[in-house]
Amino acid sequence: MIEVQNISKSFDGKLVLDDISATFHSGKINQIIGQSGSGKTVLMKSIIGLFRVDSGKILYDGRNLREMRMKEIKELRKEVGMLFQGSALFDSQTVLANVMFPLKMFSPMSVAEMTERAEFCLTRVDLKPQAFNLFPSEISGGMQKRVAIARAISLNPRYLFCDEPNSGLDPVTSILIDRLIEEITQEFDITTIVNTHDMNSIMEIGANIILINKGKKAWEGSKDTIFSSDNEALNDFVFASELFKNVKKTQLKNNS
Amino acid sequence: MKKTLEQVGKYVNLMKKTFSLPDNWRMFWRQLPLEMEKLGINTVGIIVLISIFMGVIMTMQTIMNTENPMLPRYSTGLVLRDTLLLEFSSSIMSLLLAGKVGSNIASEIGTMRVTEQIDALDIMGVNSANYLILPKIIGLMLCMPMLVTFSVFCGLAGGCGVAIFTDMITISDFIYGIQYAFIPYYFTYSIIKSFFFGFVIASVSAFYGYFAYGGAIDVGKASTNAVVNSSILLLAVNVILTQLLLV
Repeated sequence: MIEVQNISKSFDGKLVLDDISATFHSGKINQIIGQSGSGKTVLMKSIIGLFRVDSGKILYDGRNLREMRMKEIKELRKEVGMLFQGSALFDSQTVLANVMFPLKMFSPMSVAEMTERAEFCLTRVDLKPQAFNLFPSEISGGMQKRVAIARAISLNPRYLFCDEPNSGLDPVTSILIDRLIEEITQEFDITTIVNTHDMNSIMEIGANIILINKGKKAWEGSKDTIFSSDNEALNDFVFASELFKNVKKTQLKNNS
Repeated sequence: MKKTLEQVGKYVNLMKKTFSLPDNWRMFWRQLPLEMEKLGINTVGIIVLISIFMGVIMTMQTIMNTENPMLPRYSTGLVLRDTLLLEFSSSIMSLLLAGKVGSNIASEIGTMRVTEQIDALDIMGVNSANYLILPKIIGLMLCMPMLVTFSVFCGLAGGCGVAIFTDMITISDFIYGIQYAFIPYYFTYSIIKSFFFGFVIASVSAFYGYFAYGGAIDVGKASTNAVVNSSILLLAVNVILTQLLLV
């Protein structure tokens, strides 16, 4: 579980995160949603420790990130997996080598054990062995995301961060990636935080959703409570399109 | 001025991160020969070519511009040897390398930065500066003496070519010239300088790549800044080293 308590962050005097508190549960998909420029990426990077917050607490199962020394942060990061928007695979290494990389750096495994673990992770994300020796530039965007997920889970992380995992993917592949993240989260009881503004993803896997609006937490709920909320910021963001407005109307009609 | 000081501070901090113990020595030793091949061995061709041509040109220019009966004929070989040893093979060659190797390092690391590969390393708990930059710096520093030595010999070979294939100077005069009043310390001086130049090229270029942000245009800018600033710094270091080692 990750808890953030009253965190604020500013850049050059401009407040980007304003007194945000939230709890991210393990075994669930926790989503941070919001418009572009609302501060959700800054929030995620602050939780990971890539940005140092001005005030507040960030607790990883009770361990306060802000009170940790560099060595402790490095140790904590071995428990963290991250899926980047652009996959961030090492383009000079093959798919298999990419997944083996964290194992080579930090595990005492033999080469055979590392290969076995990497192949297990790649198979878990439904990649065929024929793709193992290809380079990232030789595979599709969806496959790259799968490889990135496999790399993120190779060291059995306790915390998984996904920054816009569906960006640049077609709707079918997006849903597959969402479901994969959900399955892995539940299977390995990981605390997963997904940063997204993809409506399909929100409706599909959002078990715990936090809406960030102009640097403040504007709403908290789940995909099940999203339709019944009368929060203005939420409605402006989620039901911006006519299609979703109609979906909401129908949903509320059915409920009543 | 404030911006320059900030840059210097960032550079020093980056070097502190770079020169810490590797997270995994096995990975470092695996990476080092790869970098030596990429930055050093793959540069031999261009070094050989440029040095031969410069040797030819310097020999011809020296002969044509020193047609004075007071000057011994062997002085051409002597001038070529000392020019190569003292400045061309270390300093001028390093300026050329700053263009080739420096832009390569800056664009490689810069691309890794803008595609979030460096962030990925950091989040894994890897010291990204140490993992990416240290093998490049050590690799280039180890290759530079070899490249300088190659350059000297190729430059002299170019001069020899002039003596053999033209009648501007006899081969015996040329060979006598390159042997005459040889000071072995000049070679040592050249090698010492090359170590420092290797460090400057690799570290300054890596600095600009590491702190690149944005997209392809910004990586291009980082690459240009890396070449320009490492070249300026090379010249400044050259002045200091000459003062310390020769004067």
